[in-house]
Amino acid sequence: MKLYCLSGHPTLPCNVLKFKSTTIMLDCGLDMTSTLNFLPLPLVQSPRLSSLPGWSLKDGNAFLDKTELIDLSTVDVILISNYHCMMALPYITEHTGFTGTVYATEPTVQIGRLLMEELVNFIERVPKAQSASLWKNKDIQRLLPSPLKDAVEVSTWRRCYTMQEVNSALSKIQLVGYSQKIELFGAVQVTPLSSGYALGSSNWIIQSHYEKVSYVSGSSLLTTHPQPMDQASLKNSDVLILTGLTQIPTANPDGMVGEFCSNLALTVRNGGNVLVPCYPSGVIYDLLECLYQYIDSAGLSSIPFYFISPVANSSLEFSQIFAEWLCHNKQTKVYLPEPPFPHAELIQTNKLKHYPSIHGDFSNDFRQPCVVFTGHPSLRFGDVVHFMELWGKSSLNTVIFTEPDFSYLEALAPYQPLAMKCIYCPIDTRLNFIQVSKLLKEVQPLHVVCPEQYTQPPPAQSHRMDLMVDCQPPAMSYRRAEVLALPFKRRYEKIEIMPELADSLVPMEIKPGISLATVSAVLRTKDNKHVLQPPPRPTQPTGGKKRKRASDDIPDCKVLKPLLSGSIPVDQFVQTLEKHGFSDIKVEDTAKGHIVLLQEAETLIQIEEDSTHIICDDDEVLRVRLRDLVLKFLQKF
Amino acid sequence: MDPECARLLPALCAVLADPRQPVADDTCLEKLLDWFKAVTEAGSSLLLLQEHPCLVELLFHALRAQDLSPRTLSFALRLAGVFAAQENCFQHLQQGELLPGLFGEPGPLGAAAWVAPSVRSGWIQGLRSLAQHPSALRFLANSGAVDTIFSLQGDPSLFVASAAGQLLVHILDLAMREPAEGRVCPQAWDWPVCARKIVCHLEDCLRSDAAPRVTQALHVLTTTFGHCHGLWTQGLWVQLSPLVACLLEKDPMPAPHTLVDLLLSVARSSVPSSDPGLWETVAQTLTRLSPTQAGPLAAGILKLQDCPQALRIQAFNVLLQPLACVLEAAAQAPATPGLLEGAAGDPMAVDTLPPSKSACVGLLCSALAHLELLQPLPQRPSPWPQAPLLAATVTILRFCNGSAAPSSEAGGRLCTMLVGCVRVQRAALDFLGVLSQGLGPQELVTQVFAVLLEYLMSPDSSPMVLKKAFQATLRWLLSSAMPPGCCDLEPCAQLVLGELLAMLQKRLCSPCWEVRDSGLEFLTQVTRHWGGQASFRQVLLASELPELTRQLLQDPESYVRASAVAAVGQLSSWGLLAAPSSPEQPAIPQETPLEALLLILTTDSEGFPRRAVMRVFTEWLRDGHAEVAEDPERFVAEVLRAAGKDGDWEVRVQGLELALVFLERLLGPRGSSAVAPPSVTARAMRALCQVQLFEFAFRSLFDCDRPVAQKSCDLLLFLRATATPPGSPQEAGDRPNVASVEAALRRWRAGEQGQPLGELAPEAILAVLRSMDLEALRDTLAKSSDHVERSPQSLLQDMLATVGVLGDNEADCY
Repeated sequence: MKLYCLSGHPTLPCNVLKFKSTTIMLDCGLDMTSTLNFLPLPLVQSPRLSSLPGWSLKDGNAFLDKTELIDLSTVDVILISNYHCMMALPYITEHTGFTGTVYATEPTVQIGRLLMEELVNFIERVPKAQSASLWKNKDIQRLLPSPLKDAVEVSTWRRCYTMQEVNSALSKIQLVGYSQKIELFGAVQVTPLSSGYALGSSNWIIQSHYEKVSYVSGSSLLTTHPQPMDQASLKNSDVLILTGLTQIPTANPDGMVGEFCSNLALTVRNGGNVLVPCYPSGVIYDLLECLYQYIDSAGLSSIPFYFISPVANSSLEFSQIFAEWLCHNKQTKVYLPEPPFPHAELIQTNKLKHYPSIHGDFSNDFRQPCVVFTGHPSLRFGDVVHFMELWGKSSLNTVIFTEPDFSYLEALAPYQPLAMKCIYCPIDTRLNFIQVSKLLKEVQPLHVVCPEQYTQPPPAQSHRMDLMVDCQPPAMSYRRAEVLALPFKRRYEKIEIMPELADSLVPMEIKPGISLATVSAVLRTKDNKHVLQPPPRPTQPTGGKKRKRASDDIPDCKVLKPLLSGSIPVDQFVQTLEKHGFSDIKVEDTAKGHIVLLQEAETLIQIEEDSTHIICDDDEVLRVRLRDLVLKFLQKF
Repeated sequence: MDPECARLLPALCAVLADPRQPVADDTCLEKLLDWFKAVTEAGSSLLLLQEHPCLVELLFHALRAQDLSPRTLSFALRLAGVFAAQENCFQHLQQGELLPGLFGEPGPLGAAAWVAPSVRSGWIQGLRSLAQHPSALRFLANSGAVDTIFSLQGDPSLFVASAAGQLLVHILDLAMREPAEGRVCPQAWDWPVCARKIVCHLEDCLRSDAAPRVTQALHVLTTTFGHCHGLWTQGLWVQLSPLVACLLEKDPMPAPHTLVDLLLSVARSSVPSSDPGLWETVAQTLTRLSPTQAGPLAAGILKLQDCPQALRIQAFNVLLQPLACVLEAAAQAPATPGLLEGAAGDPMAVDTLPPSKSACVGLLCSALAHLELLQPLPQRPSPWPQAPLLAATVTILRFCNGSAAPSSEAGGRLCTMLVGCVRVQRAALDFLGVLSQGLGPQELVTQVFAVLLEYLMSPDSSPMVLKKAFQATLRWLLSSAMPPGCCDLEPCAQLVLGELLAMLQKRLCSPCWEVRDSGLEFLTQVTRHWGGQASFRQVLLASELPELTRQLLQDPESYVRASAVAAVGQLSSWGLLAAPSSPEQPAIPQETPLEALLLILTTDSEGFPRRAVMRVFTEWLRDGHAEVAEDPERFVAEVLRAAGKDGDWEVRVQGLELALVFLERLLGPRGSSAVAPPSVTARAMRALCQVQLFEFAFRSLFDCDRPVAQKSCDLLLFLRATATPPGSPQEAGDRPNVASVEAALRRWRAGEQGQPLGELAPEAILAVLRSMDLEALRDTLAKSSDHVERSPQSLLQDMLATVGVLGDNEADCY
């Protein structure tokens, strides 16, 4: 069993598991941090950005692709754990010869589609006047300023995919439900389990009859909107692959939400605007719910909240229809009947308004001070670029970063000098190390495999030994472009036995509760399933030629010698030998058993755990006599 | 005993003896017993029994009847004990064979009723009551009761077991008190039989391998040394200390907590004066116990008035050890003075801390708590290592928030255990607050403020931790005033205050109401202390805080509104609420703080904010708040009108407090006993009438809540004493017409409060005041509201009345 690690980003994993003749890709996250190397794409021509000296408006966005570690066309299936971890799907399904199936839950697919749609929309609506790629030449690249010159494998950076590619990729997905068992070629069974992190997010169990691998990716034990995490089903795993832990292990999401609300209120009270760069789904639902409870008490009822995204409407609507994927509290609301999320009420009362973009209706309704939720969190494209340009100059305004995927300082770099306040409130509800250690104690996998980042404290806080995975035996770590042989051997295979064959068996009890029977059968293997069938009856010999052919087909069914079991008690055996007239018997102890020496007869009897040898010089009569004496102590069947 | 009770007693005894009429309510029997105790303490029990033979009959009945309820049987046992406490009565009952019957083999002891814990408890308490004289002692020795008590020490009921232990102590004390009189320290062979028996039993227990028996003996001894002060206790210690020493050497040590209690109890008794060896035992114990177990012993030693200095140092080191480990784990620079100077170079190390998280956290918390209690005591160790303690506490707090870097692997383990631990954070912040009482080197004080700021600013601080951080910060700010008592702050604290106020703005916007609440409380406190200081005023006025505080008056949470009221009151007192008017932004006419608070007083649905408003108003009136000073009469009138109608009695009491402050302003302070000159009185009376204070006060006088009535009574008494000196001539013919007032008061007293008093002339008021028996009213009010119902007579009547209507009012227990 091998694990090919294609991504070095622990929260955007991409691993390939080879297990029992199947090749399973686990997630295909897209690391977009390379976009930070580019200038923002403004919706309206920005005189400031275009007048920057030198490297103005480079070619749009490029993404890090997978390495050539494995031929992706051999991947049989892709298992998706949540919508953030499928953003590279079009690159894999469309350009690698991939012919397999992708499995994901319905909300994952729907929201994943929204995220991709938003991304494509953000990129495509600002066509680039020019595009440059010569700089990717290594000789030129090393002349560029840092960090560009240090960027690795820029040649593999890709352009953003198109909507057509997205649709084609999504068409290869097969929808699954939690706890649904999916057979892969009869060899393994995969099952998604609720992971508690996002709508439809899942961990996966990959198991055969005798082996179980758990893939834990992006899980949460906090009570937010999704269905709680299913921990019990992860028990008894041979290997647990652990990815997607919180990116900010030192920040407690509750504290951060408090911080978010306080800063928001302070800014708005002062007459400033608040900008929240965010994804169109996920934490935004929880933030809106917190604000719903908070705004009245904080006296902010009159402040408009704007949610601007090409998919804002769909995101808000979708969240309300996935009742079965929600936490219990929200599920019960559906039966009242009430919308599970309170943002419906915010929309009804006109406190929350959503727009596809800043053009059109939004410009008519726009009222300040206000709070704007919009993408993209990298601040490189999307409507957020416009608001950064618009509000950056006033110290009354605040930008609050809640998504932990990008370094906020790097994201802000092209906007400097900046007068607006910047607050970093990363809200990451995924497991922290304390929760992981509790989870592992509970689930007790034999082996844990995780990205190397989780096996040591973060570089900036090397003394925080609590910020690493702590388990026994120590977790195996992997890094990008590494192939890991998973530390367990497959030892058993399940074989079915046909009823008529089973009927013909004659079990013999050799110990209380243990019976044995000999089987003569034909082993038939098809679609990774093994079946023992009764051997075909030997046909009566009809003629020389025919008989010969028949014996070719029919396995050799000659009468077998009986099988022996039991052990030979040496003392009694020696007594028996003496009774039968042997004298001068010597017994030697060896590492594996005993040697009984019949000095007179110049014969050795070597008794070991699983074999007995009688060594004598050509005296067949003696050998047979001794053999019969040995057999007296053994059971036959 | 009054005749009515005497008349009711036979019937009651009959009821008690009748198993068909069980007494439903336990508290009745308890009250009855209390009453009998009071009666026997006041007079002769023997006489009582002779006058009321029904009582003896009841006791005999308890002895004979098989079907008596355990409750009544227990009562009878305890009653017999109460009577037999007097020696002559004891002999009287003894002659009647009643006592051996009740407390000996033939009684409940051997009967089925013994399975009821209440009966066993009654048996013990009965014996406890009667064991007061030599005859009782002989009775105990002969009846075999002592053996029963021994066995009851292991009773499954904890109450019975504990009472049995206490009874043993009492018997031992009684037995030893008599012969020891006048003699220094009798030897063991001189001890009375009963005492010898008990001591032998204790010795057996101490030698036993069964942990429960050892624990029982240790409990008895702990109580003995704690409660008995005779010289004989010294002899007892001499006798038993070798056995205790053996226990201390066992591995593992049995019942370590109880042993610690015993040693401390002995150390506090008179034993140390005669046996200096005790200190050695204690010192050894300190080394033998685990750090967690040794903490309470060390803390106990340090609280002793006198004990050897060496032991005190050793004990103090036990408490300091965990903190020293923390300091070591963080690898403080060698320049930092160590906590354990004697132990320098010791391989003490962080490894001595318990390996499990819960044990380590428990140890640190208890060490911090012990040191916190020790700090203010006069006998605290000296020199007090203020600087290292400060450094250690700051380090603990830094470990808890993950900002301290450990120096070793063991330190790393400690760091992992402490990160995010709220329990340790709370204990450390409490201790840090206490440490503000002493000074520290400047750089450490800077570190203290820095770590406090980290906690106050961290979004991860839990509301409780935040509250503690606020409290500690306030204490440190107060102690940094320079010179002490002066308003000005040290430059460092000054700087901190600026950052604090910026942080406070954010905290006041927190979605968590506890955070807003403690933020407001902190703001109130800092404003109270530094509201007059120019730099503070400048920073505060430049911030959003005044406006935010004003907005929080409308907070959805009533506790926050109450705190906001207090903060607004304080800010307004210092003139810090005035809206700044800039040339571009002309000040929008806002409601004044007074108007805002009055609105809360009249409209808020919760009691807390309204009470807070009343406290603020009282303070404003006392301190002459500018807005109040404009027209105090109108202010008082408005407030009293609102408070008078309030449903919350605390608001009404506070209203009377405000009225009292107003009175003092007019007539001079209370307690001066000076009578105001007539001109002042006349002016005051006019003002009081104008604000309708009398209507409020008289209504309050008949308030259904006693504290309101009491307060009003005090107020009127003060007024009468100041305005109408005793014996002042009443001019004939000048008597105003008070009939209408008195009529109104009568109706009010009867509960018809609807009618207003109307316009009143000052003379009429004074006349009414003179005619009222306020003293009698005050005395009546001083008695608790159930004083009528609490009389023994009413108790007996109730018990009799209850029988028959049984089952209807089981829950009724006054």
